[in-house]
Amino acid sequence: MPGRRRSIGLGLGLSIAVLSGLAANAVARSQDPIEISITIHYSHFEPTLIRVPAGRPITFVITNSDPIDHEWIVGDAATHERHRTGTEPVHDARPTEVTIAAGTVRRTTVTFATVGSEQYICHLPGHEAYGMVGTVVVTQ
Amino acid sequence: MRRRRLGRFGLGFSTAIIACFLAATPILACGGLIGPNGAVNLLRTTTLAGYHDGVEHYVTAFQFAGGGGAFGSITPLPGIPTSVVKGGDWTLQRLIRETNPPAPQAEDALRAVAGSAVELMSVKIDALDLTVLKGGAADIGAWAKDHGFRLPPDAPEVLDFYAARSQIFLAAAFDADAAKNRGQQLGDGTPVHITIPTANPWVPLRILALGKLGGEPVQADVYLLTDRAPALLPVPNGANGIRLDHSADASASLLSDLRSDRGMDWVPSSAWLTKVAVDATAAQLGFDLAIDATGVGRPSAVDAGLALPGSITPAQPFELSRFLLALAFAGVGMVGIVLIGRSRPSAGRPIGW
Repeated sequence: MPGRRRSIGLGLGLSIAVLSGLAANAVARSQDPIEISITIHYSHFEPTLIRVPAGRPITFVITNSDPIDHEWIVGDAATHERHRTGTEPVHDARPTEVTIAAGTVRRTTVTFATVGSEQYICHLPGHEAYGMVGTVVVTQ
Repeated sequence: MRRRRLGRFGLGFSTAIIACFLAATPILACGGLIGPNGAVNLLRTTTLAGYHDGVEHYVTAFQFAGGGGAFGSITPLPGIPTSVVKGGDWTLQRLIRETNPPAPQAEDALRAVAGSAVELMSVKIDALDLTVLKGGAADIGAWAKDHGFRLPPDAPEVLDFYAARSQIFLAAAFDADAAKNRGQQLGDGTPVHITIPTANPWVPLRILALGKLGGEPVQADVYLLTDRAPALLPVPNGANGIRLDHSADASASLLSDLRSDRGMDWVPSSAWLTKVAVDATAAQLGFDLAIDATGVGRPSAVDAGLALPGSITPAQPFELSRFLLALAFAGVGMVGIVLIGRSRPSAGRPIGW
């Protein structure tokens, strides 16, 4: 009888350990970045609409297939207004603002904290007017 | 003498550049423009594409209209030029005068207003650094970046459009500061004469829209001087953004005047003068002007940018001898069938007897 009780206890302990491990793994996995590819071709982003969950890191892999440089700047209206008149020739310091040289690939990881939508735009002269605009929709 | 002649054509010249004076920015003619801050908008530009003895003579002008710093342009070419030299002093102006004779009463008013590609060749003409480049879109983009120029956002598509047919481009870097130091005045033009041996002349039109948004206007005058009346593709019908303004035998006086200008001794004793006016929106100009001056009347859809190289199988001309030969073969075949039918073995005869 005591042996049976010990077996049940051991099994229960093992089950809890396994379940805990699975749960911890699930939590860890939920914090792994989601990878999203963006291609730039003929001065247009593809895709132009992206849905991402709030609070989860998103790694954007941005491929510039054009023979000219481009920018990928994501943010709210105030951010874009600032960049429309900005003079920074190259963006490298913030993950939400990257320059992708002609024919290269850049990776950047961004976590969107709040639900809503933000735009990503290339602010090199004439590029926004030409249509280099996309939208990130942040959901729960 | 040259000064006097230039004065004679001054009115035509003023009509050509009048629009350029409206903007206090450097303006280069004929070719998409690139600069540190993107494209400089073109107003009206004038070009001569002459074709004689298998050689295209492309004469255009680069206009100094003020400003400072360096500016540039890219012009696609149908082949590798044998020479890039300073153009004649009055060729373009004389052509304008030929097709747009000035109204005498307008003369005073107009006068008042006028005021990491492979580098195949490099030439300096006045304040212009001209480089003939060989390469695809990526090469041209890299070259522009290396030389401090930024291509406008439509450049990738436009460069691909041209590189599919000819990977030869003329890059013109214009140093406005050098122009000022040379004493060049507002409106002073630097004509450039490019000599290109080619079997298929064409005039780049789409490049004129480089850096412009779809609804923006593009205006230019293209003069063609050919041995006979050319067939053009697309046909200038006005609705497609290009219009046939003049098509006639070139006058003896025009040819004589042109021939007397610098580098223009190639002008034949008789020729056909065509003027095509470009009056389009940027979105309309998705093509170039293909020219067939051979008399066959079949300008190339590929040269016009309406088809990709290799996508068209040229139609074979009708040949009577081949047709008769085909008929003869068909007749022999029919006779053979009849004979075989007559000599058919009757039913019941063993096979292979």
